[in-house]
Amino acid sequence: MTGKDARKGLWIAFFVLPGLAVVFTIILLPLFMSLFNSLFSWNQLLRGDFVGLGNFRKVFATEPYRTRFFNAIGNNLTWFLVTMLVQNSLGLFFGYLLSRRVPGHEFFKRVIFIPVLFSIVAVGFLWGLYLRPNGLFNGFLKLLGAGSLQRAWLGDENLATFSIIAVNIWRWVGFPSLVFLAAIDNVPVECLEAAYLDGAKEGTIFRRIILPLIVPSITVITVLTIIGSLNVFEQIFTMTGLDGSPNFSTDTIGTLFYRTAFGSVDSGNPEIGVGSAIGVVIYALTFGASILSIATLNRKEVEL
Amino acid sequence: MTTDLRFRGAGPGRKAVVLLVELLLCAYALLVFYPLANMVLSSFRSTRDILRAPFALPTAFDLANYRAVWVDKGFGRYFLNSLWITATAMTLVLLLGSMAAYGVSRYKYRLSTLVYMLFLSGIMLPLKAAIIPLFILMKKLALVDKPLSVILIFVAMGLPSTVFILAGFMKSVPIDLEHAARIDGCNDWGIYRRIVMPVVAPAISLVTIYNAVPIWNDFFFPLVFLQSDKWKTLPVGLTSFFGQHSTNWSLLFTGLTIAVLPVLVLYLFMAKYFIRGMTAGAVK
Repeated sequence: MTGKDARKGLWIAFFVLPGLAVVFTIILLPLFMSLFNSLFSWNQLLRGDFVGLGNFRKVFATEPYRTRFFNAIGNNLTWFLVTMLVQNSLGLFFGYLLSRRVPGHEFFKRVIFIPVLFSIVAVGFLWGLYLRPNGLFNGFLKLLGAGSLQRAWLGDENLATFSIIAVNIWRWVGFPSLVFLAAIDNVPVECLEAAYLDGAKEGTIFRRIILPLIVPSITVITVLTIIGSLNVFEQIFTMTGLDGSPNFSTDTIGTLFYRTAFGSVDSGNPEIGVGSAIGVVIYALTFGASILSIATLNRKEVEL
Repeated sequence: MTTDLRFRGAGPGRKAVVLLVELLLCAYALLVFYPLANMVLSSFRSTRDILRAPFALPTAFDLANYRAVWVDKGFGRYFLNSLWITATAMTLVLLLGSMAAYGVSRYKYRLSTLVYMLFLSGIMLPLKAAIIPLFILMKKLALVDKPLSVILIFVAMGLPSTVFILAGFMKSVPIDLEHAARIDGCNDWGIYRRIVMPVVAPAISLVTIYNAVPIWNDFFFPLVFLQSDKWKTLPVGLTSFFGQHSTNWSLLFTGLTIAVLPVLVLYLFMAKYFIRGMTAGAVK
């Protein structure tokens, strides 16, 4: 019997350990190393003295880190709010229209999803070209006779972040659309038909039947939007550069983190201590916000 | 169905609604297609022409730009690097992921939940935030500027979702199949390879697309770890190319077309699989 158990144990180890080793070395160990590293002062890649929460104090309360950090976090918040409000509402709208089997819905479904496949880098560079002052978009406005609306879309401090978010929505709106479409398609047809026969209005059916039943997919999209908003990096890198120009107006925690880790915000050198502290903040925000939104939306979930 | 918004046989009010919806969707389709069409068309025009008349059509289809970008600017190499790095990483993701999923879903033991949770923790943790310790780790292993560094990271990136999706499918494979195979003298590896894997094959294609697209498109890790030109992947190569030729619009559009077209062509043939695969984590 014990021989059989030992053999079973060996088989389990054989199947599980290779994958577990990779996940442990690349995902879990670096998480703990980030926490550990953030508590020390660093000279380039050499670990110095234990400084407790000194690096976090720098990030939250010492210039120039403080201004840069809160400016970046503010932009991440803008990303989250605008994406939720515009992209995900638009996605819900598209998903709803497609679920109603409008003529050509299979075609539109495929078209909406096309940009989702492209790398952020290619999309960022493409629209970066189109949004240049002498690019296609301003040319389009001129063609419409709206030349007075021409702007330096990526060069104006007040516009640049919103221009980049708009490009990102162009790339990604197909994703929430099709997730919502799948969710709405899962709503039992009998429920909808019964409501129709009772003479319920479109809006009422949407609000009272469809919306409550697709809460799980709203949760998923919300969590993915949180994670996505905190992970913004390539979009800024390709369209306004690693410094988040103009004048840091498009800076995000991702680009700030990169500059801190690989040099630099303050001295021109990589700052491992402060960088690790920012990394820990990113971990905490992602994890905390995801848990929070899952918890709040779970309470709104309705079972049939 | 009464819930369908069909045009034929509808009353005039409903017909107007359907027409409006169609108009809206067509406008959106144009918003998707036009920027892409313009990109391809511009790659055949000179920079001066593009700047003078951005909406005009090309007058000739000269492939000189494509030859320049593919051969002289190294896109051929970037493309091959992306291809073999993605293929290697995906092979490892599928092998290690399906083995791990088998190990947590087909045996009963006390630690199975813990092992499963360890794999799942990777879904919630943003890997980019770990770039500093990862960089130190890769430096110690002498893997900086070696493709193995990003391959390892891509494998770690793919494993959590792969284990999550495959374990779900593997749980539903009937245990009787396993007993029958055991009587026929199959060992555990044989059961994994000959019984369970063939049964979950559809899920394998799902997981492949779910992971291969983000790995193919990934920019951050190759940017950090693959500095020398001979290892650069397509997104990173595109970036240095944009840095060098920022005013040669004609060449830039050619580079973008080369970067975007392969995925687009593949999508035309397998749209259904791409949609199902990429939304697999978010749709039950």
